[in-house]
Amino acid sequence: MARAWKYGDNVDTDVIIPARYLVTGDPAALGRHCLENLDPQFLQEKTDGDVLVGGRNFGCGSSREHAPLAIKGAGVSCVIAESFARIFFRNAINIGLRVYESPAAARGIQMGDEIEVDEAQSAILNRTRGERYEIVPLPPFVQEIVAAGGLMAKLRQELARGGAAS
Amino acid sequence: MAMTLAEKMLADRSGLAEVRPGQIVETPVDLVMGNDITAPIAIREFEAAGAKKVFDPGRVAMVMSHFVPAKDINSADQTQIMRRFAREQAITHYYPEGTGGIEHTLLPERGIVVPGDIVIGADSHTCTYGGLGAFATGVGSTDLAYAMATGRTWFKVPESMRFTYYGRRRPFVTGKDLILHTIKTIGDDGALYRAMEFTGEAIRDLPMEDRLTMSNMTIEAGGKVGIVPTDDLTLRYEEGRALRPWRVYAADPGATYVEEYEIDVSQLEPQVAFPSLPSLTRGISDVGDVAIDQVFIGSCTNGRLSDLRVAAAILRGKQVHPETRLIVIPATQDVYKAALREGLIEVFVEAGASVSTSTCGPCLGGHMGVLGKGERCLSTSNRNYVGRMGDREAEVFLASPAVAAATAVRGRITDPREFSPKEAAV
Repeated sequence: MARAWKYGDNVDTDVIIPARYLVTGDPAALGRHCLENLDPQFLQEKTDGDVLVGGRNFGCGSSREHAPLAIKGAGVSCVIAESFARIFFRNAINIGLRVYESPAAARGIQMGDEIEVDEAQSAILNRTRGERYEIVPLPPFVQEIVAAGGLMAKLRQELARGGAAS
Repeated sequence: MAMTLAEKMLADRSGLAEVRPGQIVETPVDLVMGNDITAPIAIREFEAAGAKKVFDPGRVAMVMSHFVPAKDINSADQTQIMRRFAREQAITHYYPEGTGGIEHTLLPERGIVVPGDIVIGADSHTCTYGGLGAFATGVGSTDLAYAMATGRTWFKVPESMRFTYYGRRRPFVTGKDLILHTIKTIGDDGALYRAMEFTGEAIRDLPMEDRLTMSNMTIEAGGKVGIVPTDDLTLRYEEGRALRPWRVYAADPGATYVEEYEIDVSQLEPQVAFPSLPSLTRGISDVGDVAIDQVFIGSCTNGRLSDLRVAAAILRGKQVHPETRLIVIPATQDVYKAALREGLIEVFVEAGASVSTSTCGPCLGGHMGVLGKGERCLSTSNRNYVGRMGDREAEVFLASPAVAAATAVRGRITDPREFSPKEAAV
């Protein structure tokens, strides 16, 4: 069970992690500034496993992989949104941050709700409101990257097979 | 099946007769790019995965642009990772500070990216090269690491939107004004996951630097790529510049677009985006009285020579308003040198501007002009999100270099048409 932190549309990478902190790739160091420009309360009150919920176009803006790293480093277990900006979505998959596209969940979940994700059933459960929302499934090719353990795990497999320059 | 420009390029380069939106393709890349913020993470991932050599040292660009000259100890340490890697891998297109500049201005200018290329770069404004007719898009550090090792990446074939611009632009209406108006029309996620195709007589009339500005801000509408079809103007730009042969693609007649827009540019006036989204754009007549603390002319969007010429034409012989400060940053070393030769830098310095070596600097609140609480900046860059250029209570307005220069003189957001054509002659 996890607590939801709910925000609006267009949560951009500059509020997820301001550029002045992009002087490290360490998730924990980045996580200490996650969302500080959007909601200073988040850093004070969040606990490990909490869930971020956004509206449309979550993660828009820069290609900085520091954005999903900061969210992961802040201890967030997953991000649920109506839609994701494409570079953020790709980065999250690549670094192993769980991201779920679910318009119904993004609309139904309110700040502070208790949330559970049932990945096997492709569903998000809202314990506070007794609601259940469907997750939009990933394309099979992307599911394979997730199953391999991320894009670098896929690269390691290819290097081991001699499929890439090495 | 008739294909759009983006579909034609992905099909051809992926070795397929046709592709459809939603299909996943694996495609060889002509060039991959990283900068001083994104490359260090990519290099660590590359090495941790056990990769030894990049797929082709002539097709990996490493450009120091964001926090250079180093803004603090941590950013200096990050650049050391990149300096070592570029040396060890004998990267051809490696540009430390003082030799290159901002990657998205540099790579087209030096002919390192050419029409028809498939390019991924670990920077969201990689979409800029669409102005040349390249399929170019931003990715993160891990995708860069994978492509550095394999020379390949994967794409989900995007749906395409077509924008047809017609009519004759009025004075001081530039590529920046066209793209701000377009983002206002479709919204900040209006092109999410999609390809934008910019066509029409008003695009054929548009200088290459303005085309690059338009494609640059594709990402501010959520777009994957924003492509201008290659035409005679493109090929004249490439003559004597392109370092590799180019490929010319055209959309098929009858291709399917999910949305089509027709925009009469003769009706447009200079545009200004209000805080804190690019879509909050208004025509300059509707701006009202807005005092400005800082004006920034530069960035990958509007730091090219034509931008500095327009700004200098307005600033020549004038002073920056006493309650406003002006920062001018040529986007690349070549732009800087040309501006020196043309006397533009002297105009800026005499007007009371701070002029700096090429860097992204203030655009992302990195250094060289960070905003304090409650300050207002008018910037020629591409993003005005909360906290983008400094304090979360600072405000950023986006506009063209002409609006920026006029604003620097008056201290309030100013219509450049207030300056006589002679004063503003380019």
